[in-house]
Parts: sequence; structure tokens; C-alpha cells
Amino acid sequence: MEALLQLEGIEKRFGDTEVLEGINLTVGKGEFITLLGSSGCGKTTTLRIIAGLEVPDGGRVYLSGKDVTNLAPDKRDVNMVFQNYALFPHMNVAENIAYSLRLKKVSKADIKTTVKDALDLVQLPGYESRMPNELSGGQRQRVAIARAVVNKPKILLLDEPLGALDLQLRRQMQKELKRLQTALGITFIYITHDQEEALDMSDRIALMRNGHFEQIASAEEIYNRPKTTYAAQFVGGANIIKGTVKYLKSENAVIEVSGGEIEAKTRGAQIKEGDRVTAAIRGENLEINPASETYSGLAATVTDKSFSGGMLRITARLADNTEITCHRQGIDCQYAAGDNVKLALKDAGAVLVDLEGGI
Amino acid sequence: MKVKNRAAKSSLLMAMPMYVFTILFTFGPLIYMFALSFMRRQATWGVINEFYAGNYLRILEPVFSGVFAESFKLALITTFFVTLFGYPFGYFMAKLPPKHKNRAMLLMIVPFWTNSLMRLYGWIIIFRSNGILDSVLIALHLSEKPLRLLYTYPAVVVGMVYVLLPFMIYSVYSSAEKLDWSLVEAARDLGASKTYAFLTISLRLTMPGLLSGIILTFIPSMGLYFIADILGGNKVALVGSIIQEQLLRARDWPFAAALSVALMAATSLTLYLYRRITRSEDLEGLV
Repeated sequence: MEALLQLEGIEKRFGDTEVLEGINLTVGKGEFITLLGSSGCGKTTTLRIIAGLEVPDGGRVYLSGKDVTNLAPDKRDVNMVFQNYALFPHMNVAENIAYSLRLKKVSKADIKTTVKDALDLVQLPGYESRMPNELSGGQRQRVAIARAVVNKPKILLLDEPLGALDLQLRRQMQKELKRLQTALGITFIYITHDQEEALDMSDRIALMRNGHFEQIASAEEIYNRPKTTYAAQFVGGANIIKGTVKYLKSENAVIEVSGGEIEAKTRGAQIKEGDRVTAAIRGENLEINPASETYSGLAATVTDKSFSGGMLRITARLADNTEITCHRQGIDCQYAAGDNVKLALKDAGAVLVDLEGGI
Repeated sequence: MKVKNRAAKSSLLMAMPMYVFTILFTFGPLIYMFALSFMRRQATWGVINEFYAGNYLRILEPVFSGVFAESFKLALITTFFVTLFGYPFGYFMAKLPPKHKNRAMLLMIVPFWTNSLMRLYGWIIIFRSNGILDSVLIALHLSEKPLRLLYTYPAVVVGMVYVLLPFMIYSVYSSAEKLDWSLVEAARDLGASKTYAFLTISLRLTMPGLLSGIILTFIPSMGLYFIADILGGNKVALVGSIIQEQLLRARDWPFAAALSVALMAATSLTLYLYRRITRSEDLEGLV
């Protein structure tokens, strides 16, 4: 894939706070990449640096191979959809969308057709003469997107564009954004703190934390093979178990943990018997069984259960007080708080995290 | 529906004192003044109770109409300079970080705690020949002899601008503070230069503040006469000073009233035309 945008060792400080600690990122042409992280992790600052609204204290920004680190925002082929939409309140929808076209001295007739096409694209035909304050949140969102893409930028930056919308509208807009991205073929750099949104939409996810990237990988990779405890927990809320390596078995390690032993993927990391390691296990990779001789697995005691989204979450506690949550479909459950159970690992559902040198 | 009616009634009742006050102390005197302007003066003191239009005809005499023109010119010049200095001041003040913003606001307000007459006498000390300004300029070799600025037209303009500037600054400031900075960023992001973004976004959205600032400057500067008296000596005659003179010294109350009515009419007409030209619906309830 052709590298369209490159961030090299970007640093940024606001006063005494280090917001970005020298981050590197390469984004390809036509890619949908999501910067995922909790608030204050530096994702908005990263986006503003790409847009040119902020100048980094260190590092370089390359756009199509050209150094644009100190280039003003109006000189960059990059457009942004602001979190609060930032529609010009004194202009109607058509004037908002035409703002950048007027600057380029496009003829009036061309502006009219381009604006019409843009409104068709975001499914708001005939809204030309509406004022921003006459639109709903979702409609403003669409206008903001139309305004940003009408210029055919190389990259569209989206700063939590769905943050202010209700859940139903969010899901709908997610699909539409994805459709738009495919239709336009523009690179999207998308910011969100919602991991489900990130997993659903992105080609790649760049998980951010305290001004650095924890992991940059496809949704599948991050979900199945999280690199760190943070990545495992932030994306999909995996269980974390600490234990000691008992012996190695081809690509897996057998780890002794509280209440039994589990097998986890080592991902080629250099570990040996007796090492203290951390493993991440997805809730859906655990099976819960009664505590009897017929079943193997980790001995645990049920502490809690909850039902949401068609999924039952049973929380159990190991002897060393590690909490483990198992997921399963349907609401039926024969276990109650206080029951002794055994937790069995399905397939090779555990993976070691926080390793030096692993993939 | 009944409840709503009762609420409306009680709020009307609550507003009653305000209506009474306004009628008694604003409309009352205005009507009295208007009536007075159509009466004739008595030889020594008081008025003769009969209809007389001569006061208004007298205003048309060159001596008086010239003064009107002079006042209008000074008001325009003052408004121009107040806008020139006040707009950027208020605009950038709104962009300061909160801590500095409050400090700047305090610095602007503190002089208000001193009577403006007192502050104008301060300008006399600065402007008078061999005063502070002259001494500084001569010491810096920027001027060889005293400028003798006191009792000149520029001194009056400086005084007017000085007194009226805070109204413009505050007016622009309150408008600029509400300006969402991300709109300017969006404009820049969409390809606008700093100047173009300022003109199409910042200036346009702070226009209500600028317009009300202009009005808050222009109206008082038509009537302010004590600044011209103090810093202009007798050289700059304004409508305000003539009204004062007619009222207190010549004791021609009807003529003073006629001049006041004419001044009010001129100011209102200017505002009306101004509103027509700018087609401004958003003067923040000032006009």
C-alpha cells in the first residue's frame, strides 16, 4: 500500500504536560484508520497536527512524501469534520458547503451542481437553503461531512463525529460513513473512544494511551492477539490472568495460575519455564461447568451475573481473587452467586500479553 | 390556560413599577421638553404660554446649523477612531487565556471608578504647553518646541475617544467572547487564509458587537460637550454646549428645548439610516 501520510516521532507538549511522546504512524491510500483511546490520550491533538491546526514540538509530518510539518492548514490537502461540526451559523447549508469552492474561484454554475451532488451523497437532497440551526444533530453531521469532502481532500479527518448522536443514529451513521468512504475512495482518519465503533468500521485501529500507541493493527489482530494488558482490556474487555510458565508446548506455554493451569499462545516470544507472565482471555472463549470431577478447568466461585445485548455475563472469582467474566448466548443460567464452578478454556483462546519482542 | 393567564397577570403587575417609573421620568420630561420647544421665552425668566415655531427657525441660522454640522463631524471622527482602536482591543482581549482576560477586564474597568471629569483634568496636565507630553517629546528629541496641544481640536478628539473607547471595547469583547474558535479553524481548514477567515467568519460573527459599539459611541458623542469645554477651551462649539449655554446663561428654555429636540431628531435619523444601510436585525436590542 502506498504511504499517504507519515508521522515521524511527533512530540507535543501543552505547558508541562506531554501530550504526545514521539509517535510514529503510516497511513495508506484509501485506508480507514481509527485512532482509538480514552479521553486525554492525545488522539485529538494528533488529528489537529495532521490538519495543521497545531504545530508539533518535535518530529515531522509527511503528506504524499512532502514535509508539511510547518505548513498552514489552508495549504494542506486535508479536511476535517469537527467534533461540534463547526458549521458557519450565518450561512445556509449551500453556502457552508460552497465555502471552499468559492475560495478556489469555481464558477457559480459548477458550485451549484457540486453542492447538489454533495447533498445527494450525504442523503440530504434539497436542503440547500436551510440554516444550520434548523437542522437536527444528524443532519448537521451530514452537512459537515459534505462540506469537508466537497473539496476532494486526500485525507478526511473525523474527530468523534458521532459523539453527540444517540445510539440508533450512531449505528446508522457508522454504516453510512463506511459507505461514503468506499464511494469516495478517500483516506479516513477517524477518532473515537468507542471500541465497538472502531472494531466495526476500521481497516486498522491505532490504540492510543497517554500519548503513545499501544498497538496499531487490524481489528481482528487487536481483538484476537492484543499486545498489552491495556489493549486486551480496552478492546473487548478481556480477562487478565497472571501465572508462572510451567513448560513450553510447541507454540504455546502451559501456565500455572490460581485454581489450575491454562495454555496460552506465546507469539514467538522468548520465554522459559518459571517466568511470570500475563495472559488475556476473551469471555467468549471460556466455558463454565459445575465443579465436579467430570470437568477440568480453573476452580472458581460465581460472584455475579448480568444480561445485556443478548449476552449473559457470569463473573467468577479465582482463589487469588482474580475476577473472570465468561460470556455466553441466551439468558438461561443454572448458576447463582456463591456456586462453585470450573472454567474451561475453549480451543486455544488465551494469549500472552506484555511480552518483550513478541509479535 | 387559566394558570397561564394568571401568570401573565402577575408578571404584568410585577413590571408595573418599571412602567410607572419610565412614564414619570422618561416620557414625562420628553413631552414637557417637546411642549416647551414650541413656546416663547419671557424677557427675564420663564416662558410665555403660547404657540411659537420661531425656536426651530432660529436653529436654521448659520451660527446654529454650523454647530450641528460641527458636532456631527466630531461624532463621526470620534466613532472612527474608537472603532479603529476599540475593535482589535476587544477582539484580542476575548482571545486571551481566562486569567489574563479577567486582568485586562479589570484594567479597563478601574478607570470607571474615578469620575470622568477628574480623568479629563488629567489630560490637561498631559496636554498643556510644557506639560507631560511636551516634556517627553522634547526629552526624546522628537519635537523641538512645545506642541501646545491643549485647547485644540485634536485634544478634544483624544478626550472623546478616551472617554468612549471602553464602550466599544466591551461591546466587541462580549460579542467576540461568544465566537466559537473552531469556526475559524474550520474556515482555515477549508482553505481560507487568515485574512479571509477573519473577514468571513470572525468579523461577520462579531458584527452585532461592533454595530452596537458604534451606536454606543456615536449617540453620546453627539451630545457630550464637557470634553470639548475642558480640552477645547472655547474653540470647539458643540450642540451640547450651546444647549447648556441657552439653558443656564441665556435662560432661553424654549430655544434650549428646541435644540435638544433637534439633536434627538438628528441622532434618531442617523440611527435609522444606519440601520437601513446595514440592514442589521441583530443589534442586541440596542435600537
